[in-house]
Amino acid sequence: MIKVYTSSVVDASADAVWAHIRDFNGLPKWHPAIAESRIEGNWPSDRVGCIRNFQLRDGGTIREQLLTLSDYDYQCTYSILESPMGVDNYIATLKLTPVTDGNRTFAEWSAEFDTLPGQERRLAESIGQGVFQAGFDALKSYFGHR
Amino acid sequence: MQRVTRSAIIDAPIERVWEVLRDFNSHDRWHPAVADSHIENGEAPDQIGCVRNFHLRDGAHIREQLIALSDTDHMSTYCILDATVPLQRYVATVQLKPVTDGNRTFWHWQSTFDAPPGREAELADMVGSGVYEAGFDALRRYLREGTRRAQASVSGAPRGGEMTGQAVILKAFGGVEQLSFENIQVPAPGLREVRLRQAAAGINYIDIYIRRGEYRMLTPPAALGMEAAGTVVDVGADVHNLLPGDRVAYAWDNPGAFATLRTLPAEQVVPIPTGVEIETAAAVLFKGMTAEYLLHRVHMVRAGETILVHAAAGGVGTFLCQWGKYLGARVIGTVGSEEKARIARENGCDVPIVSPDYQFADAVKAATGGRGVDVVFDGLGRMAERESYESIARLGHWVSYGHATGMLPSLDANLQSEKSLRVSRPVLFHYTADTVRLRAMATNVFAMLDREVLKVNVRHRYPLTSAASALDALESRQTIGSVVLVA
Repeated sequence: MIKVYTSSVVDASADAVWAHIRDFNGLPKWHPAIAESRIEGNWPSDRVGCIRNFQLRDGGTIREQLLTLSDYDYQCTYSILESPMGVDNYIATLKLTPVTDGNRTFAEWSAEFDTLPGQERRLAESIGQGVFQAGFDALKSYFGHR
Repeated sequence: MQRVTRSAIIDAPIERVWEVLRDFNSHDRWHPAVADSHIENGEAPDQIGCVRNFHLRDGAHIREQLIALSDTDHMSTYCILDATVPLQRYVATVQLKPVTDGNRTFWHWQSTFDAPPGREAELADMVGSGVYEAGFDALRRYLREGTRRAQASVSGAPRGGEMTGQAVILKAFGGVEQLSFENIQVPAPGLREVRLRQAAAGINYIDIYIRRGEYRMLTPPAALGMEAAGTVVDVGADVHNLLPGDRVAYAWDNPGAFATLRTLPAEQVVPIPTGVEIETAAAVLFKGMTAEYLLHRVHMVRAGETILVHAAAGGVGTFLCQWGKYLGARVIGTVGSEEKARIARENGCDVPIVSPDYQFADAVKAATGGRGVDVVFDGLGRMAERESYESIARLGHWVSYGHATGMLPSLDANLQSEKSLRVSRPVLFHYTADTVRLRAMATNVFAMLDREVLKVNVRHRYPLTSAASALDALESRQTIGSVVLVA
């Protein structure tokens, strides 16, 4: 089991950051790696169990299922159903916590998954940096940062 | 029930913050509201169930019990047993999390309690502002100044004042006889500066150019040396990413690295990753960043290209062989002796050519089927000029980054057009002047070290007092790999 953990600080309130990222179908709106996204079967994007089907800018298609969504904890959990990445049992959590000192947001994005031996380092790096940190960088530049 | 939550970002790695907070009896050292504190019955402060017995500065007396402690989760939970303030059923948890983006710390402090009717807001504010928020600021100050005070008193230095160190001083341009080992006064760091206790310094060929007066980068008398590594003694008020005790290294275009103490701009230093020795950092940073910018920025080496590395058993040369091979290039190297040929081969050089008299073009041609190489990384210069030119293929690239045998004259334009030759004469410090790029380059170097692509071989270790011998050995081509001065 590989664990990836990336965290950052966004210079905006947790309410504002959550409003920007809460939509499970909204990745293209804020994540630079995602080109387009739809929710399968016309489900609402905040119904637990819904599946987002999205295209990466470099061409791959990924299907992910929403497992939990909490407006109270600013947190969502999802699993990968299909992807070209070569991961199994992939579950990720995106969570925000208010930083009361300065009214900022502590953002955490973590994942656990299995993969073939020898792929661990490459995948941990591409997920931790290429997906999670790239998303945080986009949020920081969207909200401005100090 | 009242719930109070406060959180903050601390500009320090989580290990540094946790080191202080996991000690249940440390609060009278860093929190201004706490006057005195002791653990009852002489128990250890990380003993679950231990009781801290303390007074606040306003006279209040409190006994608190540690009920959970986790080094894995960086979490500590405690409750009030009895107190002269009316906080009932008070349970508090401190939890730290790493901010991986910037190596900082998120600190979450939360409690629940009951308060007498009518006093809820007053007590919630006392806990939230008077204890938690004041604690955030106090710990920040403690990490910056408290540690500095502790260190200064250990080393006997006047706090915030000058410290006396020793340095290798160049009295006038010339040979090694112009070097002397002298006491220097090292000022306290200014606003954006950092003062280092330097444990090791790397020797580079540029030190020889500077000593001879070929590069006018200093005005004698002044200290020599471009790179060093050590630990932070103290930092200026505007430096938020470094703390006393941090291990750092730098390669800066302002000479003065051959010294036991030094004050310099904080933006010039890079942290040394855990697991990398200080001496290794001093041996790798300048030469590693040189290899990084030559292979990735000046010429983007691609798999399948053939590269020619001069002085392939030298400090930069071995790195170019190791890293160039890793990038998939075929590496041809020139060296001055059979022993150096063996070293070059061990470091990834496919074809070492022994040519103490700098006659290597025929051998390079033979090794490339008459075609020549795509790029030459040339640290030799004048005496190898003709041979280097002959060794390069059409559309090739001549990267002249050093001139151990004398300055390379400007190349005749006709010669250049004869093979559509591209010529670069890059200077490392032009690339590292941008601190974002500097950090990226250093990160790449340490990543290659971590992957064991770069293998540092410190075969020559001289005390700082023997800098003259070290420079002499490098200049007379007696050294292999990296040369390091140790304080």
